This record gives sequence, structure tokens and C-alpha cells, in this order.
Amino acid sequence: MPLPRGGAYNAGTMATDTVEQLHAEALRGLAEAADARALDAWRIEILGRKGRLTSVLRGLAELSIDERRSVGAAANALKAELEAAFDERAEELRRASFAATLASDRIDVTLPARPHRRGGLHPVTQMTERILDAFRSMGFSVVEGPEVELDYYNFEALRIPADHPARDMWDTLWVDETVDGRRPLLLRTHTSPAQIRTMEQQQPPIRVAVPGKAYRFEATDTTHEWQMTQIEVLAVDEGLSMAHLKGTLLELMRRLFGRERQVRLQCSYFPFVEPGAEVAVDCFVCSGAGCHTCHQTGWIEMMGAGMVHPEIIESMGFDSARYTGFAAGMGVERLAMQAFGVDDIRYFYQNDLRLLQQF
Amino acid sequence: MRLSLKWLSEYVDLRVTPEELAAKLTHAGLAVDAIVRTGDWGPEIRVGRVSAVDPHPNADRLRLATVEISAEETHRVVCGAPNIAAGQKIAFAVVGARVRDGHSGKDAVLKPAVIRGVESAGMVLSEYELRLSEDHEGILVLPESAPLGAPLSDVIGDVIFELSVTPNRADWLSVLGIAREVAALTGAEVREPPVDYGEAGAPIKGRVTVDIDAPDLCRRYVATLIEGITIGPSPAWMQERLVALGQRPINNVVDITNYVMLELGQPLHAFDYDEVAAGHIIVRRAREGERFTTLDNEERALAPDMLVIADERGAVALAGVIGGLESEVTERTVNVLLEAANFAGAGIRRTSAALRARSEASARFEKGLPPELAMIASKRATRLFVGLCGGKAATGAVDVFPGKKRDARVEVPRERIARVLGIDPPVSKVRSVLGSLGFSARWVPPDRYVVRVPYWRPDVRIGDDIAEEVARIIGYDEIPAALLAGSIPAPIAQPRRELRERARRMLADAGMREVIAYSTTTLEALRRVMPAEDLAIYPPYRLVNPISAEHAYLRPTLRASILQTLASNLRYQKGEVAIFEAARVFLRPDDRPADAGRPFGEERQPDERERIIAAVTGRRADRWGRPGEESVDFFDAKAYAGALFHGLNVDVTFAPVDEYGFTPGRTAAICAGEARLGVIGQVHPDVAGAFDIAQDVYVFEVALEALLPLAGGDRKLAPVPRFPAVEQDLALIVDEDTPAGTLQEAIESSSLVRSAQVFDVYRGDQVPEGKKSVAFAVAYQSPDHTLTDDEVAKAQRKILERLRREFSAEQRGA
Ligand SMILES: [Zn+2]
Repeated sequence: MPLPRGGAYNAGTMATDTVEQLHAEALRGLAEAADARALDAWRIEILGRKGRLTSVLRGLAELSIDERRSVGAAANALKAELEAAFDERAEELRRASFAATLASDRIDVTLPARPHRRGGLHPVTQMTERILDAFRSMGFSVVEGPEVELDYYNFEALRIPADHPARDMWDTLWVDETVDGRRPLLLRTHTSPAQIRTMEQQQPPIRVAVPGKAYRFEATDTTHEWQMTQIEVLAVDEGLSMAHLKGTLLELMRRLFGRERQVRLQCSYFPFVEPGAEVAVDCFVCSGAGCHTCHQTGWIEMMGAGMVHPEIIESMGFDSARYTGFAAGMGVERLAMQAFGVDDIRYFYQNDLRLLQQF
Repeated sequence: MRLSLKWLSEYVDLRVTPEELAAKLTHAGLAVDAIVRTGDWGPEIRVGRVSAVDPHPNADRLRLATVEISAEETHRVVCGAPNIAAGQKIAFAVVGARVRDGHSGKDAVLKPAVIRGVESAGMVLSEYELRLSEDHEGILVLPESAPLGAPLSDVIGDVIFELSVTPNRADWLSVLGIAREVAALTGAEVREPPVDYGEAGAPIKGRVTVDIDAPDLCRRYVATLIEGITIGPSPAWMQERLVALGQRPINNVVDITNYVMLELGQPLHAFDYDEVAAGHIIVRRAREGERFTTLDNEERALAPDMLVIADERGAVALAGVIGGLESEVTERTVNVLLEAANFAGAGIRRTSAALRARSEASARFEKGLPPELAMIASKRATRLFVGLCGGKAATGAVDVFPGKKRDARVEVPRERIARVLGIDPPVSKVRSVLGSLGFSARWVPPDRYVVRVPYWRPDVRIGDDIAEEVARIIGYDEIPAALLAGSIPAPIAQPRRELRERARRMLADAGMREVIAYSTTTLEALRRVMPAEDLAIYPPYRLVNPISAEHAYLRPTLRASILQTLASNLRYQKGEVAIFEAARVFLRPDDRPADAGRPFGEERQPDERERIIAAVTGRRADRWGRPGEESVDFFDAKAYAGALFHGLNVDVTFAPVDEYGFTPGRTAAICAGEARLGVIGQVHPDVAGAFDIAQDVYVFEVALEALLPLAGGDRKLAPVPRFPAVEQDLALIVDEDTPAGTLQEAIESSSLVRSAQVFDVYRGDQVPEGKKSVAFAVAYQSPDHTLTDDEVAKAQRKILERLRREFSAEQRGA
């Protein structure tokens, strides 16, 4: 687009502009330059080597010394002014053009991200780690034991001899191996054998948390699965009482389900503890008012627990008058069901990725 | 155990609501699982009598029952219950009654129906429909005394608790035992049932003798004799109570023994006295090869560790488990010899389990009954016989009691109770709590109690048992919560576990999804992934009683499981699937790799080894995350494996290998120096096909124990080079089977080379047949000066010389 022209220049005379003329026309022209190309044309016409400002400066030679001094000063001032005006206009146009670009090239921020593979740990692994983190922070070490156990560790050493009625509490999957006419191998029904294995190797004070798989010969339904993950905790020291058991489990539940949680212990029976307890947490859905999650009771049963039976303390070679201990055993899937709102325990080992991918 | 509150209230006043009582009992250790109200039924449910049962014209398993409600009202309905019989009193619902629906499990209004072509208006009800229990096998049979036409609610209205009795509390398997608990929890008094009776008959002495040959299995045997009884139905009140607790009334003799068992917890057995030879009872072990027909008409082979009750001719009962057919009380029985005995729990449990004959009696004996109870129950039952069967009790009883012990006393320091519970209840409180439970606690200053334990609590033996009694009656809620104090034990290192958990997180972070499969598998699945010889030499561990055939063997490998998991998901997953499992395999001890010691366990136990298995398949995602054109390949699997080894700071190499179940030429051993850590490759299409997978699958497997000695080293910081690198491309023509990794290793062995990276592999124009071109971007760099062109050129020359010598490599275009 041609530069708009006016005045003497427009008249097409060869006469040189006066400083004043150039000043007025150049600024008007600059204001009218609407894009980068027009701006460049203006620069060449006005400020270029053969431009009108150069002609003015060159025309100074024809003037008297006095005139040259006054006009020359004005022309140099004009040059500085026009250059500054040019820079300013250029910046103005650059901003305008960027704004225009932004206006036309907006991205749709709601479009999906570039795909990036997201992996993840199984919810049972995640819940196991959460529970273990809570116990680690209370000074417990994490240890593990074998999944195929000897009858001795799974039952006998826990005060559940053969033909004891309490064996009915743990229906057992037996391994088909015979030693001396007996079947000593089974799939552990709980991770409690680790109590014995730990006390065989450690001296009090003892604080361990034992995660691992356990197995029961049990029909499955929405709340029962024959393979499960359990965490057993054991603490043995001088001066441990049921109050410490309660405090430790309260801290666990608060870490898992919120600081305002309360725990409740009720009497129960497990041959390897005395006194024994069933541990419940107040319902975090209804806060005790009664709802579907807590079967209208306000409490959710979480685990079995108790004080380590003094006969076990003794059989491990410790003085039961001096050392006491507590133990608790919890099903990780049960806790995961509560935390993640899973209503069928069998989902965990179906390994349907449509479920696992939600974690 | 079921408990009728109506029956319970005979022994203790109920001062709280059933719900409050249930909460108290549950808190004290007797869990009430359900509260069932019987008697909420509407007037449409009434007592009827089955006056006739006829076959259904169109169905073998259905029958037509004619039910009489009154002289004017009879109904004819279709009934499928196997136990329906003419003459029974039953609960009948007419059309319009609300009953539990057998299909939906919800209450529904009964409507007339046509069942296999026969109209049926009304219903003979089972316990299920009445919400008395979950049993809908047979109809509920009411006692004969139930008045015809009366609303059922008036006849059997009650509140029933369903209880879970822990195995330590045999006393809670009795109404009186629970009454004692209720009294302690509510501050009420227990009313013991009367046990005295008139001895109108001749002395028992000389007419009944008892010999205990096995005092280790029989601590006490009490026998009484009731003569001249009349067999008939037991009274209505007794039948109602039996029905309420789930027992079917049979006749007065059997009902009395069952009634006293439920009332006091002591199983009893009634023999026909005239069938016991010479009235001589012998309690002995079974003889080798002895056979015996029990009253369920089954001939059973006995073992020498089983206890029998015998007369001089042979066994008459299997002690504490089941009676014999020959000495059973029948309609012709006139004289009853009543046994109240105490048998050792373990023996009863072993016998009843071996013969699959567990009963209400064996369930009580196996939990350990006190011998004192035998005499009390004997008296109670004899009293009922005299009162209800019209007989005369012989004077005296035979009481053989070889296992008599002194009263149990437990000494408990006050400090012990405080030490265990974390609270220190005052002496008066401890004494009153124990007193309410029937204990007597004497305070022996300055510091201890001496507690006499009542005979019905043989489970209480030590001080901590006393502490529990105190706590459960005071309430566990009184125990405060305290945080652990004292010194924290030294942490126990578990390197195997720590490595496994790190590996899990790294694979998940790399984009893989963790799965957890069952630890079991089938031989069929194993045969697809393991050579037959291996399975023959090291057979997997088999379970005796698996949940199902699908779970019969412990996994010696994770390969089958991961493919099964994959297969079950491919129906829904169209894009890339990348899954892994970290779990144990169970190996024969002599099958164990020589790389590490046993993690735990004894020689007899399987060797449990940790494996990580991963599988990758499917089409890579396009820009929109949808399955794209390209499928994943070996190098995707290698990327996941690489993330693991990089994360663990273990340098690994991949060497071509042949592996069972993998595709030749697409499989590599994963090695670190001399150690083989695992394998990676494409699953053989035939193997994948055997798992119903029709697409390419890449798997890698790592043995955690092999990785263990290598992992865990900290990475050491290398300084950022101060002098610039010179980068040059180097394209090499080599034989087709020269691995690029080997070339790279050779190039990087030059001291001036910082790294050599493959950026192209090319076959075709200008590359001879059987050769390939591999292009490397080589970065030359020195830690102490800027390299000159000459130095670089010289280094490259030397590299090329070596490559030429070792691999007959030529520079492409040179
Ligand atoms: Zn709730």
C-alpha cells in the first residue's frame, strides 16, 4: 500500500521539505502505517539513506552558516524524534499483531492431554503400604515369613494344639506332603506365625508388623475371599498394657480414616492372646449415627487383637512377669474396602483392569 | 447357638431391652449376630393340622397337603417340603398374609397361585418364610399342644438371639450359662433350676455298675435309673422351647435329654436299661477292628483311640458323639439308664471329626466341660423324668469320678491386673465384679487376690484370665488409649522385601499396572509354560483340599498366571496393556537356585522365591490415547525392564537365548556380569494361543534373589564435563548377526569416547546381502582439555581398526 502523501511532497516538486513540513508529514505518515510492511516503507521514505530526512540534512549545505546552525539543530532534533517515534510505533504494531494472533490462534484447553501411560500399584499393595507406614512411624519394623507354614508355627505354638476346638476358627488348606505319617505343611491361615518366628529371633523390646498373604478353606462371597492379605503386629516390652494396644490401633485408624476417629474394643477370644479383643472403629460415613456401611451400628469391625498370652511369652524364653506384649491382626482387603468404597471383596483378585485402573 | 429370651427369663430377670442386652453381651464377648422377633406375624398366620398328604398329579417332588384350621376351614395347597406328614401341627398362611418370599428374600403378600396345574391358595411355612432362620429345607413342625387355629404369634412369640459362642466358653452353650452372664452384666440374680427328686425306686446299687477303663478320656460317669416310664410326647412348654432353639421334638425321653443339654450345657444319653447287658457299663477304648452300628443306622469302623460305652457284649454308644442302634430308647422302652458323663474334649473332637458325626453333644464336649456339671445335669434330668414320664427313680446314683480335682484357685497380684489392663480398679470393684460372675475373690493384703473359680468356668486358669473377666464386665471402654513409649527397637533389615517394594514402585511409575493373582494354579496351565521334564522332576506342591480344581497346585512359576490375567482382560482392553505381578513361587527345596541361602523356613518347607513377572501387549496409543496403528514390540517390554534396572542402579546386558515357551530369535537373557537375572522376550504364539491370546505378547521375568546382591548401591555423581564434546557419526557395515550392543560396547571402551548411541539400522541399497549398516552418534570428550581434530581422528581410527579386527566391520561410505 502506497504511503499517503501530502503537502509539497504531494505536489511532486523537487523542492526540499522544510523541517517543519517534514515533521508534520512524517508523524502523520507514521500514525497511518498500519502494519509491518507499511512501517518499513515509511522508514525507507523518511529515514532511509535516500530518504527525505537525508535530503533535508543534505540541503543544509546550501544555507548560510547562521541558517545552517539553527536549521541543522532542528533537523537533528527531528531525526532523533522520528527515530524514537518509529521505534514506538514498531513496538505498538508488534503488540497489536501478537494480540491479533492470539485472538485467532486460541487453543482449546479442554482437549485431552497427550497420552502418557499411567501405571499404578494394586489397591491391596497401596493399603498395605499405608498401614505399614503408620506402624513404621510408631517404631515398628516390617518383617515377613513363609506362606507355606508348619502346623507348629501356624497353630501349636500359638496355643492351638491338634484337636483344639479353636481350630474351627481357621479352616485350613493343607499341603499334600507327609512327614512321619502326619501332614505338617499348610497354607498359613494368618500371619500370626510371625509372632513366634520373631520372638525366636529377637529380644524385647520387640515391635514388628508382618504383612503377607494368608489362605482359608472358605466359601467366597461379597465379604469372604479364600486368599487374603493380612498384617499382624506384635509389640513386646516391659510395661505394655491394653491401653497401649488401644492407643496404637487408635493412631492407625486415625491415620487411615481421619484424625477424629475413635476405636472401640470388645471382649473376644483368640487362643494366643489374653485378654482378647475385637476392634471396631466408629463409622466414618455416618460418624456413628448408623448407615449402610456400618450395618446401622455406628461401628465397623476392623480386626482381632489382644495381649500376648503369658504362656507364649514364657515359651519364647522371656519372663512373663516382666514382659508383656500386644498383638493385632487385620485383613488388608477389609480395610481397603472401607477406604476405597469397594463392596465386593472378590474384586481384588479378579484383576479386571477396568477396576484396577481406577487406583 | 440360639437363645430364647422367654426361656432365659426363667433364670434371670430381664431388666433391659433385647437390643440393650445384645449390646452388653456382645461387648462382654458373647456376640449377638442377630435378633429375631417371633410373634410379629399377622392374624393370617395360624396353627393348622395336616390332615392328608396326597401326590401331586403332575410333579413327583411336589405334594398336595390338606390343612385343617378349624372344623369349618380347610385348605388344599401344593407343598414341596420333604418332611411334611399327615397329623403334623404346622404354621399356615392364608392368602393375604405377609411372609418372606423364597426367591427375593423380601417380605411379600401371599397370592393365590397355580403350581404345575394345581391351584394353591395358602402356604405351609418353613422357618425361612417366618424369618425364624435361613432354613427352607423343610416346614416348621409345631408342638402337638399348639391350639388349632390360634394365631402363630400367640403360640411361639419370642425374641431369639443368634449367638456366636467362642470356643473357650462351653458354658455359653447353655441357657443357664448365659443367664449367669446376663445377671453379672445387669446386676440381677440367677435362679438355678431345681434338681431334687424323690427316689421312690429300689436302690441302684447292684443293678447298675460302671467301670471306667480309660480314665484319661473319661473323668466322670454318673448313672441313674428311672423305671416304669411311659414313652410319649413331651409337654408343650418343653417342645416349644426345643423348637425355639432349633431342636425337633421327638419323644419325652429324648426331649428331656436335649432340654437339659440346652438348659445346663451337659450332653446326656438315655439307654434302654433292658438292652444293657447286666446293667454293666464299661467305658473303654474301641478294640482294633471293632465295628458298631450307630443310631443313624450306619455301621462304623472304630479306631483304638476312640472311646466307647460298652456293656459286656460290645459297644452300646460312641462316647459323647452318638448312641447305638441296639440300646436306643424306643416306644417299648420302660426302664431308662441315664448317662451323665464327662469326656475329654480332644478325644471327642478327634472321634467326631474322623467319623464325620459332629453333633450338639460333641460340640459341647470338645470345648471342655467341667465334671461337676455331670452330677447336676443327672439330677436335673432325673427329676424331669420322674415328673414327665411317670417313672420311679432308683434310690441313689452310680458316680465314678476318677478325675476329681480340688477347686481351682488363682492367685493374682493387684499389680498384674493393672499391668495387663492399663487401669487399676479398686479392690472393692474387682471383688464385686468377680462375685457377680460367681467367682469369690478374697483380698490378701497387702497386694493380692486369691480367687476361687466356679466349676462352670474351667477356661479361667491364670491371673490374666481374671484380668479379662474384670475388664469385660467393667467394660473395655474404661481402658484409656496410650501411645507407645520406651526405647524403639533397632530396625530389622528386610532387604528382600525392600527391594521388591522398590521394584514394584518403579514398574508402576514406568507405566505398568500391578495385578495380584491367586497363589495357586492348575497342572494344565503349568504344562503350557514349563517343560514336561521339569514338572516331572520337580512336581509343584499340591493342596489336599483346594477350594476348587482351578486352585489345586501352588505356583512354581508366575508365567501361567500373568498370561491368564492378560487373556481375561483382552476382551475389554484394545490398546496397550502392561501389567506385572510381584509374588512368591514355591519350589522344591532341591530345585532351588544356588544363588542365595534359604530366606526362611526349614528344610521341610518349600523354598519360597520372589519373582517379578511382566507382560506387555496391544497397540500403542495415538495422539488421542486410542489404540493406534502400531503394536508394541520387544523394545517396549525392554523399556519397562530398563526402567526397573535403571531405577535399581543395576547395569544389565541382554543376550539372545532360547527359553521354553518363548519365541526363538526374539528372546534374551537379562544378565549382570556373570549373573542371570531373568528373561525377556516374545511369548511363543503357540503358548499365547493356548491361553486364548491371538496377539503378540512380550514378557519379562526377574528373579528377585538374583538381583538382591546387585541392587541397592548408590549412584555416584559424575561431574558435568568442563570441556566441549566433539560429536561425529560413525556408520558401520557389519554382518547381519553382529549385535549392536556389542559394537556399542567396543566403541565406548575407547577412553576418549563418552558415549555411542545407535541412531539408525539400515539394510538395502549400498549394503551387501547378509550385512547391515549400524549408525552411531559418537561423542568424544576429555575431562581435562578440549580435544583437537587430530586427537578425535586418531581415536576414531583406532576404534575402526579394532572393529575391523574383531567384527570385520567397515565404515560405510569410506
Ligand atoms: Zn455408618
